[in-house]
Amino acid sequence: MLIEFFLKLKDSGLPVSVKEYLTLLEAVKAGLPGYSVDGFYYLSRACLVKDESNYDKFDRVFGAYFKGLTALPETLAATIPEEWLRRQAELLLSDEDKALVESLGGWDKLMETLRRRLEEQKGRHQGGSKWIGTAGTSPFGAYGFNPEGVRIGQDGSRNRRAVKVWDERQYRNLDDSVELGTRNIKVALKRLRRFAREGAAEELDLDDTIRSTARNAGWLDIRMVPERHNAVKVLLFLDVGGSMDDHVKVCEELFSATRTEFKHLEYFYFHNFLYESVWKDNRRRNSERFGTLTLLHTFPHDYKVIFVGDATMSPYEIAYPGGSVEHHNEEAGAVWLQRVLDVYPRTVWLNPQPEDRWDYYDSVRMTRQLMGDRMYPLTIDGLDRAMKELTR
Amino acid sequence: MRFTGTDTYVATDDLMMAVNAAITLERPLLIKGEPGTGKTMLALEVAKALGRPLHQWHVKSTAKAQQGLYEYDAVSRLRDSQLGDGRVHDIANYIKRGPVWEAFESGTPAVLLIDEIDKADIEFPNDLLRELDRMEFYVYETQQTVRARHRPAMIITSNNEKELPDAFLRRCFFHYIRFPDRETMEKIVEVHFSGLKRSLLQQALTVFFEIREVPGLKKKPSTSELLDWLKLLVAEDIPEEALHSQDQGKIIPPLHGALLKNEQDVHLFERLVFMARRGRS
Ligand SMILES: Nc1ncnc2c1ncn2[C@@H]1O[C@H](COP(=O)(O)OP(=O)(O)O)[C@@H](O)[C@H]1O
Ligand SMILES: [Mg+2]
Repeated sequence: MLIEFFLKLKDSGLPVSVKEYLTLLEAVKAGLPGYSVDGFYYLSRACLVKDESNYDKFDRVFGAYFKGLTALPETLAATIPEEWLRRQAELLLSDEDKALVESLGGWDKLMETLRRRLEEQKGRHQGGSKWIGTAGTSPFGAYGFNPEGVRIGQDGSRNRRAVKVWDERQYRNLDDSVELGTRNIKVALKRLRRFAREGAAEELDLDDTIRSTARNAGWLDIRMVPERHNAVKVLLFLDVGGSMDDHVKVCEELFSATRTEFKHLEYFYFHNFLYESVWKDNRRRNSERFGTLTLLHTFPHDYKVIFVGDATMSPYEIAYPGGSVEHHNEEAGAVWLQRVLDVYPRTVWLNPQPEDRWDYYDSVRMTRQLMGDRMYPLTIDGLDRAMKELTR
Repeated sequence: MRFTGTDTYVATDDLMMAVNAAITLERPLLIKGEPGTGKTMLALEVAKALGRPLHQWHVKSTAKAQQGLYEYDAVSRLRDSQLGDGRVHDIANYIKRGPVWEAFESGTPAVLLIDEIDKADIEFPNDLLRELDRMEFYVYETQQTVRARHRPAMIITSNNEKELPDAFLRRCFFHYIRFPDRETMEKIVEVHFSGLKRSLLQQALTVFFEIREVPGLKKKPSTSELLDWLKLLVAEDIPEEALHSQDQGKIIPPLHGALLKNEQDVHLFERLVFMARRGRS
């Protein structure tokens, strides 16, 4: 039943309303989805999801709920009679196609095989007889057949696809809980701006005050305007790793894009862990270094500090003098990080590694401990949590 | 009548469904997507395909919802009164109809485009709810109620600069246009340049998608930049070999200024190519 599907969506945290559900029913009654599950998928998504960052969540629920479904379920058909029943007529399989399905062990078996093939298949493929490609003799390829609403071919302007769209999870990148990438960078920017403007005070608008006081026949009429920029000041420390990790780079882009929104934003780079010096220009990292101690004395306590790095290294690099892979460090990395934490009470660490993998690395656990748990994944949600911590 | 794309516009299945749902149930359709993914063009194409008149409202950051309905031009009236113009006595002479009014008055069902709604104030969408729900509004100056003769099909686009209010979203169908994958892009190019040499197109698309991957670009080239660039390549008779490169990332493709419009991006790109050359040769 559709209502169950709707409740599943609600349970998964999608902000769906009854109004939208009723619209969906109305649309189904109007025969909009036609006879295919694909059609129903597109329609229900257009009715129920109002933000692309929720597409992926929707895909997952849809996939789970309509799992293995080649036709819409009986119960659904009962609520919306004739439309769905007519789809039987849509099965335009030629005898040859039917024989092919039979020879492969029937429809279910075929779908199962297809799923397995897709898993085996790495990357795109053209031709060949085992793989699913755009040509060739595989039963799964283009110009194959078109049974049961799962399109496995290309016809006219339709999208080529050999797997159910919702199972492709094309919108994964737009989900909040997914690592930052170029796709969701916009949302991230929005959040950062919000952070940068947080607490923007109002200031006296002198001109307007004079004008309106005059208009007010001399009675003082005070006018305020929001301060253009707010006071948030940030020190950003980025791990350049061996080759600067893509995610760290995204983070750098993110902050540089919002640079004008902050009162001050300074970047520094480090490699793996913080030691006695950092640098500002990767091309001159050997010649132009800044002493960490100098930074601690230069930037006042009210700066907020953000480290971005995967914190994945040998534990020696954190815990022991001389542990650095690049140079001889007199004092352990942990000592340096502690110094920063002592000066800047508002410090967080953003980690581009997925949160569920943190526990695999001793070094991540150590860093997290040093940070007093203020480590966040580099996802929109992680960014949110980190900013919240910084403005607490 | 169903919308299935046109000979000048490539619509994916999911987009068609969203459009048809919105038309059939007479609810607004909200379209989001990167710049250049054909949001604005969609409204023009829907109007064309369905043979309906199109009324466009391109929203600016200073726009007020009221302006879509009508504006009262008090300044002209004041001026006319100083000049002793007789028109001044009828206030209706100074009421300027907005695109919503025009769409409501249309003799046949119209298409109403509200383009880039997110540019305006946060309250803007909410201010329009009542009119869009009830399909009528009141003109205080002339004490007249304007009612839609036919509910127009409404296409509303957003570039995601601001979040839109929930109450507004609940009334709309929603579709997010994904940046076209390679195959869809081929079809889009096809509708603009039929008969482009296939191998040239393939090379050009490879270069295009590679440039889109360059990290740190301020503005990734979009469909319109690709089309502009192809137009130039064809016009200048650039041989397709000029796009070939055995060492990817080491050549600067011809006329790349058409793809990267931002000067900083051009510099960044050139520097990367330069570094790639130095680093690997
Ligand atoms: N699906 C499409 N089919 C055909 N042309 C397209 C398509 N998408 C984009 N274009 C081309 O890209 C240009 C930019 O589209 P536009 O509607 O202005 O984008 P947006 O409003 O999303 O920024 C169009 O003028 C058209 O030439
Ligand atoms: Mg546009």
